[in-house]
Amino acid sequence: MDQTTTTAEPAQSKTPVVPDNAGVNSKPSGRRSGPVNLASPTDNKTVGQIVAENPVFSCRNVDVYYGEKHAIKNVGIDIAREQVLAMIGPSGCGKSTFLRCLNRMNDTIPNARVTGSILLDGRDIHEKKQDVVQLRAKVGMVFQKPNPFPKTIYENVAYGPRIHGLAADRVELDEIVQTSLQRAGLWDEVKDRLHQPGTSLSGGQQQRLCIARTIAVNPEVILMDEPCSALDPIATARIEDLIDELRASYAIVIVTHSMQQAARVSQRTAYFHLGDLIEVGATDRIFTNPQHKLTEDYITGRFG
Amino acid sequence: MSDRAVPPGIEPRRARRTGRQTQELVEKSLRRRYRAEMRFRAYGLTAVLLGVGFVFFLFINIIGKGTSIFRQSYIEISVYYDPAILDPAGTRKTEDIRNADFAAVIRVSLKEQFPAVDGRKPLRELSRLVSTGAAFQLQRRVLEDPALLGQREKVWVLASDTVDLLLKGKLDRSTVEESRALSNQQIEWVDALVKQDALELRFNKEFFSNGDSREPEQAGVWGALMGSIFTLFLTLVLSFPIAISAAIYLEEFAPRNRWTDLIEVNINNLAAVPSIVFGLLGLAVFIGFFGLPRSAPLVGALVLTLLTLPTIIIASRAALKGVPPSIREAALGMGASQIQMVVHHVLPLALPGMLTGTIIGMARALGETAPLLMIGMVAFIVDVPHGFTDPSTVLPVQVYLWSDSPERAFVERTSGAIIVLLAFLIVMNAAAVILRNRFERRW
Repeated sequence: MDQTTTTAEPAQSKTPVVPDNAGVNSKPSGRRSGPVNLASPTDNKTVGQIVAENPVFSCRNVDVYYGEKHAIKNVGIDIAREQVLAMIGPSGCGKSTFLRCLNRMNDTIPNARVTGSILLDGRDIHEKKQDVVQLRAKVGMVFQKPNPFPKTIYENVAYGPRIHGLAADRVELDEIVQTSLQRAGLWDEVKDRLHQPGTSLSGGQQQRLCIARTIAVNPEVILMDEPCSALDPIATARIEDLIDELRASYAIVIVTHSMQQAARVSQRTAYFHLGDLIEVGATDRIFTNPQHKLTEDYITGRFG
Repeated sequence: MSDRAVPPGIEPRRARRTGRQTQELVEKSLRRRYRAEMRFRAYGLTAVLLGVGFVFFLFINIIGKGTSIFRQSYIEISVYYDPAILDPAGTRKTEDIRNADFAAVIRVSLKEQFPAVDGRKPLRELSRLVSTGAAFQLQRRVLEDPALLGQREKVWVLASDTVDLLLKGKLDRSTVEESRALSNQQIEWVDALVKQDALELRFNKEFFSNGDSREPEQAGVWGALMGSIFTLFLTLVLSFPIAISAAIYLEEFAPRNRWTDLIEVNINNLAAVPSIVFGLLGLAVFIGFFGLPRSAPLVGALVLTLLTLPTIIIASRAALKGVPPSIREAALGMGASQIQMVVHHVLPLALPGMLTGTIIGMARALGETAPLLMIGMVAFIVDVPHGFTDPSTVLPVQVYLWSDSPERAFVERTSGAIIVLLAFLIVMNAAAVILRNRFERRW
């Protein structure tokens, strides 16, 4: 992407988008409506629309500390239903940390502290009445490295429904396992060996097994932490297709190091830099017309 | 390399080497490195061979001394259960038969076998060929079947320990008579009996069914073995669940703070406390304060539990630490609660390691002697224990007791008891290894 062409384009009389414009239409009206002046690299206020229509998650003023380290600084963002939000940024920028806030996986890290409000369907996930088990049933997670349980393929998928009591009997459980595997596009490959260990599958299959395991609980949101970083391009393509299909039913948040992947699978992109949320917006707009100098530097490959 | 890298004022010490010079230097250092490696391998191999050699020597020594224990000398006598001797009053009551003089019956039958023997002293010498246990053997037979009274039967009875030594070739015939355990006359009788096929080495049932005894030929290992089984069973039942729970709590649930650090340090230190201290503790607390019986497997097990707990806890914590965090994250990410995560995923993966720790702890408990001395399990106990509160001893203590006995026949019993102890250990470890392999999973 050429920086000069982007910036040289005449502004279509739209004021620079200031952070946290509540009530602003979430859909960018003019795709090529970049401001004349990019936000300065030292400015760490979020630019773009952090508000989204029909949000499942609504986060405001989120700070995360690991002991003394301030890992996430005052981040606010909405996550819309039936949409894929990609979070990009250089290593150590806090995108994974933020992702792990959404299902409170940071609870498991000693001396991690999360402040601010994270509303899931209008309820704060940190409020006392919110059970973390229930939260994680609602917000599933797929990890960077495929991590199937050292059990059979069937048991891997059946585990979630079983602990949450989702199946009344064996028949229903079989059904859940089958539909989950089908939705994850794995059924045809494993239907004859459901009772072999999940670890015997290939890396890409294992990751799809993990996705099947997650959707077996029927969550509202699926968090994916660099789900393809350990996979080859073919397996990656399959997972990306799968993400696109799953978008119809779930809100998906994906952390990725690959900007091409973000561009391919997401509708909305958030760019993180050193713990700050720098820019949020429609994926097309971010990649063609970034409004912050840091975003532009990153997507043009100047660093990261 | 640029000149800027060298601070001003300091000359580069030598010019840059050519590629060839570098190669030569590497080659030189290579030779040195390979020599070091060879030396290290030689040390390692020597150490291993030395270790194997010692173990081999130990086994040869024990087996060489101990295998003769499986056979024992028995004398066949034709015994007449004379009612006139055994039941002169003719009551046929159990009580009277119990007090009857069965030794006299044996004397009579021996005299029948050697009619030429006459006089009190030669007769006493003759009757010494037979173990004192023979009288009890006959008594047991008659008590079981009182109809035997007034009948004659041929019975194999235990020979005395000196006869046994002679038969096994452990008694030197060439020594002077005065300093020999058997007189010339007795050796003659023994030879005569062997010639008649009335004295031979047979399978040593007594050793595997009796408790301890002052008479070597009657002393058996069964009492100590049962004591060991009772003690170890109870130790396992007590220590395994406690240690596993403690390890899981400390590793998975306990907050990391000064208190848990203190507990951790203390557990590690406990593993290094001399075992006799635990014995003193057991004596003071379990026997002195709680008034539990002395010499009982119950108290022994409590003391050994204290002894093995730190070992198992440390090993179990290491096993829990070894479970990959990705499995924990996967379970938590699915919405499993902390305890579900531990029970469904972490524990199955950590169990092999935990079982290894338990084997080590149990093996230590099996071989432990010192703390048991303090709680009275060193007592001379003839009866085979039948429960957790019966007075008993354990195998290593029995080995210690026998090794301390003056009779020569106890030498092979000591080795025999060690063989039984080792066999017990092997069976126990094999069971644990089989269990562990069944739980072992790949991930």
